[in-house]
Amino acid sequence: MIQGNKALFDIFRHPQTIQALSQKIHQEALNLSQPLKIMEVCGGHTHTIMKYGLKQLLPHTIEFIHGPGCPVCVMPKERIDQAIALARMSDTILLTLGDMIRVPGSASSLVQERAKGCDIRPLYSPMDALKIARENPTKKVIFFAIGFETTTPMTAALILRADDEKLHNLFFHINHVLVPPAVGAIMDDPSNRIDAFIGPAHVSVITGSKIYEPIVKKYGTPVVVSGFEPVDVMEGILKIVLQKNKHRSEVEVQYSRAVTRQGNQKAQAMIEQTMTVRESFRWRGLGDIAHSALQLNESYGHMNAETVFSQHLSYEPIDDHKLCICGSILKGLAKPNDCTVFGTACTPNSPLGSCMVSSEGSCNAYYRYGSAL
Amino acid sequence: MKRIQLSHGGGGEEMDALIHDLFYRHFSNDILLRSEDAAALEINGKIAFTTDSYTVTPLFFNGGDIGKIAVAGTLNDLAMMGARPLYLSCAFIIEEGLPYEVLERIVLSMKEELCKCNAHIVCGDTKVVPKGSVDGLFINTSGIGEIVLPALSAHNIQEDDIIIVSRDIGAHGATILASREGIDIESALSSDCATLWPVVEALIAEGIRAHAMRDATRGGMAAVLNEWAAASNICIELEERNVPIRDEVRGICELLGMEPFEFANEGTFILAIHPSDAQRAIEVLHRFEMSANAAIIGSATSYKVGRVILKSVWGSSRYLERPKGELLPRIC
Repeated sequence: MIQGNKALFDIFRHPQTIQALSQKIHQEALNLSQPLKIMEVCGGHTHTIMKYGLKQLLPHTIEFIHGPGCPVCVMPKERIDQAIALARMSDTILLTLGDMIRVPGSASSLVQERAKGCDIRPLYSPMDALKIARENPTKKVIFFAIGFETTTPMTAALILRADDEKLHNLFFHINHVLVPPAVGAIMDDPSNRIDAFIGPAHVSVITGSKIYEPIVKKYGTPVVVSGFEPVDVMEGILKIVLQKNKHRSEVEVQYSRAVTRQGNQKAQAMIEQTMTVRESFRWRGLGDIAHSALQLNESYGHMNAETVFSQHLSYEPIDDHKLCICGSILKGLAKPNDCTVFGTACTPNSPLGSCMVSSEGSCNAYYRYGSAL
Repeated sequence: MKRIQLSHGGGGEEMDALIHDLFYRHFSNDILLRSEDAAALEINGKIAFTTDSYTVTPLFFNGGDIGKIAVAGTLNDLAMMGARPLYLSCAFIIEEGLPYEVLERIVLSMKEELCKCNAHIVCGDTKVVPKGSVDGLFINTSGIGEIVLPALSAHNIQEDDIIIVSRDIGAHGATILASREGIDIESALSSDCATLWPVVEALIAEGIRAHAMRDATRGGMAAVLNEWAAASNICIELEERNVPIRDEVRGICELLGMEPFEFANEGTFILAIHPSDAQRAIEVLHRFEMSANAAIIGSATSYKVGRVILKSVWGSSRYLERPKGELLPRIC
């Protein structure tokens, strides 16, 4: 590589360190009393594991179960249909993030609607919404907000700024979801086979590591909050193996360079100021989960696209394609290549299920990086 | 400010003035100035013929502009077939209201690029369309060249061929991404946009046995290598550590969750070379500034036919897939 080891991430991809961790894990895994099934909650971890070929460096007794932590993957079709309905309103600009625009709803996707002439724009940063709203005062600008605890503070900051500026034409359709209730729902399913979790570092940068304490207490599964570089993931796995061998179950932080127990309290305060927890939210593949998502606070009701444009929105649940097993994959009960349509009827270009759509989805990761190698 | 108006494409006096004052003046050559309905050309032997349309936004970016790309891109397509570029056609589709000065800067940049391999624009077309119909300016160029090194082909790669990349990858894609609205990143990123014929000519002059060459434009290195693996029925195995990538490009990729292998290049090419000529090819490439960090990145094998395999430094490996869909940044 040009310019050698100057880049910050190089130390977290250091070959000797990765190999040393691999050896240590192999050694420790000899003491495991039974095979270890680790759920990496976040799609980002799935990608690290696939992209860097980490499975090839681990003993066969360690198995990964790919979790539901992909904000695009867990969005039910009816909410995508809502985004489409909003985009189809006259004089409207619909904003969202990344590959949300590719996800198929019941009959269309935002990409297809954009090709038909709707003004739909993927943003790099939610803050760009301010500029778009200012520059288009006669248009309704709607931010279709998605993501876990990581992206929620940016939406909260945007709401506060829009309120400060009294932007009358910026609206929010909030789909922010929460990690702990989803993990709880998976563990409450009696068919689950999970022994431990790798928790996503960026979520805990915001929330702190404390959000996993109730899970460890209730289910006795170790949770190690880990970063996304190969060294981070390998070290996280080692910590889980060590906990198992010593019969401990604790919340441990591998990503100590940015995660504290309490997290970013300023960000938490901004979220609290702008959003409240929903009674229930329907997850694609997982169904209704109580208290698992956020909505706009009543005091910002005038910005809430779900109420202001309610006459355009349907909440009728829409099920996935009957051949799609995204639900079982999101629960960790099946692997992408267990699916009969994986790579045939369902590919990143024409996805049947959400796990294939998003670059953070596990089917997409298997497809891109090759599960057979 | 003088701007292009619909009348500049209307076939009358204004259009005539635009053609003479701008295009004839800067692209001046005997064939073009004859102003016939078609250019009459004399060419010997086998020729290569190619066309491409250029729609890049923004029109100007660090390291180039749409004019430079429109000429270099077509010249490069010819060079990759082992053809010495000779003649180009050039069609402009201009949005009403484009500043005249902008068009002139682009034309000058095209002229500069043509001079690098002594090629000429010998025919052209100008259309002006109402505001909003195109994004500023689209350019189409076609080109023909005399084939000097025959049999270069994506179908021609042999087992044990050495795969070389002419420079660090992804600079153009990363530059365009960073200069588009919405990402305010300060960096020294610059497009790799360049005319490759001088380098190719030197490789041919040295008698390097090249089996295939391809400039890694849209779809990047990942697209080229996958096409090669499929077309030649071989496996291409790459050592990831040997692929040159600038820190700036890696940084953008890290930030947005993208792969440098999929980023477009506009002056970077991949070569499949007979193993005993590989080292000499590298020496020739290193003589030129535009390929000063050319590197051997892998080889053709029979391991997994039709696939491209990327091997990490720590002993794992994965498939390098063909890019799909729009390049979209990750969410979190």
